[in-house]
Amino acid sequence: MDDPFYIAGTSLSSRLFVGTAGYPNQQVLLDCLETSGAEVVTVSIRRISLEGYAESLVDLLGGRHRLLPNTAGCATVRDAVLTAELAREALDTPWVKLELIGDRETLYPDVEQLVRAADELVRGGFTVLPYCNEDPVTCQKLADVGCAAVMPLGSLIGSGMGIANPAAIELICSRSPVPVVLDAGIGTASDATLAMELGCDAVLVNTAIAKSHDPRRMAAAMRAAVEGGRLARLAGRIPKRRFAEPSSPQLGLVGT
Amino acid sequence: MRLKVNGVEEDMTATTVSELLAARGVDPTAKFLAVAVNGSVVRRSEWSEKSLTADDHVEIVRPFSGG
Repeated sequence: MDDPFYIAGTSLSSRLFVGTAGYPNQQVLLDCLETSGAEVVTVSIRRISLEGYAESLVDLLGGRHRLLPNTAGCATVRDAVLTAELAREALDTPWVKLELIGDRETLYPDVEQLVRAADELVRGGFTVLPYCNEDPVTCQKLADVGCAAVMPLGSLIGSGMGIANPAAIELICSRSPVPVVLDAGIGTASDATLAMELGCDAVLVNTAIAKSHDPRRMAAAMRAAVEGGRLARLAGRIPKRRFAEPSSPQLGLVGT
Repeated sequence: MRLKVNGVEEDMTATTVSELLAARGVDPTAKFLAVAVNGSVVRRSEWSEKSLTADDHVEIVRPFSGG
């Protein structure tokens, strides 16, 4: 389906973003990325092992994807901004998935610091995609400081609990001046479909693929799910009714 | 000279970023590396000139898997 969308003026071919962590091995990861059709692929930035240089994940990806570095694990504006700057230097990209974690157990964003870090990074020339709460006000504030997209959580990172608050996600999608990429919580294909049906522009999936019993098959499922959800969104769902409405014609019933 | 490299304090003889990388067995031509000293990124083109002084905090990073 030729249905590109744009973040910061860049046309993206796939509405499925895929994370690179937690796969059984590197070959499964590479196969999943290929199968998923994802263009945008997330990576983290970490200290190198001081025991020596090993082949990098990025070497393996071989330039086939648009890498989106994250600031996962950062708990202060200072650490997040430095990580973004290191990512820009390492990968030669101004794009950053900004994570600013306020609680180690739930990995909920620290909204107050998140908006400040986003503001600072936007001023520094970054294309900022913040992982944020599923809160329309937070999303608006992030758009207001110049974020290129918002990435509200479906549910807790890695939880697989799906979209805990579909009404909030739908509200965000209906009001956001920037693209909405659902991030976190996707557990299975129907969750990704729902995100797209609610109006999200794209979905980021990692754990649901990586930790699936058959990651390659789940990557294919997620691709189909995102495409299906997008098509349904474009087609427009029928209104929900409280009572039945016959789908077969009422005229010419046998026996009447 | 005492330096803190990736969170670990150690005595190093290196006086520039390039020397530090060499001393740690890191190929300075390797792609996707990035270095910060005391919270500021040092561009690759400046590694050979960037002097290190005692108690500097050096971060040497690269991309890893992530979500």
